Amino acid sequence: MTLLEISDLKTHFPTQSGIVRAVDTIDLSIRERETFGLIGETGCGKTVLGLTLMRLLHPTTTVEGTIRYRGKNLLTISEAEMRLIRGEEIAMILQNPTTSLNPVMRVGEQIAEAIRLHQGLRRRAAKEKAVEMLDAVRIPSPAQRANEYPHEFSGGMKQRAMIAMGLACDPALIIADEPTKGLDVTIKAQITELIKETTKEKAMLLITHDLGVARALCDRIALMYAGELVEYATTEEIFENPLHPYTRGFLGSLPGNGLVPIPGMSPSLIDLPDGCRFHPRCSHAKAVCRKKHPELIEVEAGHFVRCFDA
Amino acid sequence: MIEGRKILGSVGLGILAVFVIVAVLAPYIAPYNPHQMSRPMEHPSSRHLLGTNDIGNDILSEIIYGTRVSLFIAFVVSAISMLVGTSLGLIAGYFDKLGFVIMRVVDIFLTIPRLPLIIVIAASMRPSIWNLIAIFLIFGWTMTARIIRSEVLTLRSRYYIDATKMIGGSDCYILWRHILPNVIPLVVVQFIMEAIHVIFTEAGLSFLGLGDPVARSWGMVLHYAFECPIIYVSDVWMWWMLPPGLCIVLTVLGLTFVGYALEETLNPKLKSPAYGRGL
Repeated sequence: MTLLEISDLKTHFPTQSGIVRAVDTIDLSIRERETFGLIGETGCGKTVLGLTLMRLLHPTTTVEGTIRYRGKNLLTISEAEMRLIRGEEIAMILQNPTTSLNPVMRVGEQIAEAIRLHQGLRRRAAKEKAVEMLDAVRIPSPAQRANEYPHEFSGGMKQRAMIAMGLACDPALIIADEPTKGLDVTIKAQITELIKETTKEKAMLLITHDLGVARALCDRIALMYAGELVEYATTEEIFENPLHPYTRGFLGSLPGNGLVPIPGMSPSLIDLPDGCRFHPRCSHAKAVCRKKHPELIEVEAGHFVRCFDA
Repeated sequence: MIEGRKILGSVGLGILAVFVIVAVLAPYIAPYNPHQMSRPMEHPSSRHLLGTNDIGNDILSEIIYGTRVSLFIAFVVSAISMLVGTSLGLIAGYFDKLGFVIMRVVDIFLTIPRLPLIIVIAASMRPSIWNLIAIFLIFGWTMTARIIRSEVLTLRSRYYIDATKMIGGSDCYILWRHILPNVIPLVVVQFIMEAIHVIFTEAGLSFLGLGDPVARSWGMVLHYAFECPIIYVSDVWMWWMLPPGLCIVLTVLGLTFVGYALEETLNPKLKSPAYGRGL
């Protein structure tokens, strides 16, 4: 069953040097209990997409299209209704655990916040729930840790606390924005494992540029390039049968696959290339790629690619 | 060094504590009612430790009751200024359009020379404590509002504010629960700065005769002392003029010391040796 359906979504920022097309015509849907990976380079619009879903962008941003969550269009409901959805229905785990906790507030209180805001629990009951959540994310002696301040937590523990905060109200959908960023390899493996366990019953949109993490967690993966999706399919399909040159390049840049970088840089979102947005970096670029913008086509059941070659 | 600041802070707190106790317990400590008249111009003796003034009031009692007036004005003005300044600063920092309006008002107040205007207003109003408080309040909130606003501007872009929005916190909730606790240290320091300013200015205004003639503050005691020509030609100044002057200086010093010590506790960057060497 579809939980979240994004269609024709455009998020544009007006700036002095032009319109930044951070998210450009994106269609995707996330099913209940599915983990959907959104992968792309830095600056391709992944985080903006997440923030668009939460409706937390600057008011001057123009957002078009529809985001249907359980039948409701998140882009047209009131701010008050949206607040009820944030945290309770859709939660977002931010990418900077070290700075995402208020330094002058006890960690337990910060986790209890979400519970108090949505479930109207008293301070003490919410606190008990917060301790439970810390326990659920494997923080040792949670009752004591709940009374500590963020600076007493290590980086990995802060990320665990952030995950606890996200899970506190038992949301149906979690948007995890690079949850393993800035963690060292062993901690990264632990956090990945923790996310896998704790979100088994939930739908998740995992935003990352770490293919390893995506492979371990996701049911389906979409690759985003310069504000649009270039390929999406099941995780297996993506790894076994990548069709878009960008996906191939991304896989080829993995240490196990030869560590070959994709030449060039991702384009400016203000001044996008004509035709296929990837053609300046593509080794298979043909004349048509420079002139015509390819559409996302379904080459096999459930496998979509935006390339003339596919 | 850190120790130096701590010692200064304790000294400051000690001085302030003494004055606060004196102010609160004035009726029990003061040997006489400050308005009670006995023989004028008496020299210090066991009956009148600091002698009496030109109309026969016991000077020590006058100063003890003066502590009440001076500290009361400073406390009330600072407290209300902080309340107003912090609220407006929070709003101005968090909401752009309102912030623009509030800051232009602040700009106007900050460009007006403060002291001359205070003197003009005080001179044109009936002298009373409440009028003095009102005059100080006109200006008291402006600097605080501006400082708090600039702090809020940086705080509101922190990730934990985003994180709170993610879990459904409203703007008011974020301001109250996340931003306010982060600006409290600044508010405390501003409170002390404002108190220092008010004590000085109040003493100055009273000295000029613009204070409340009934509720005599330290400044008012000084004012009456200077109105009496004898102090220029005899030793009377030693017990009439010096003590209230010392009280003003000591209070301001006490506040400054506390502010200095707090500054470090609240701004741990000052703990680095580069800053500590100065003391």
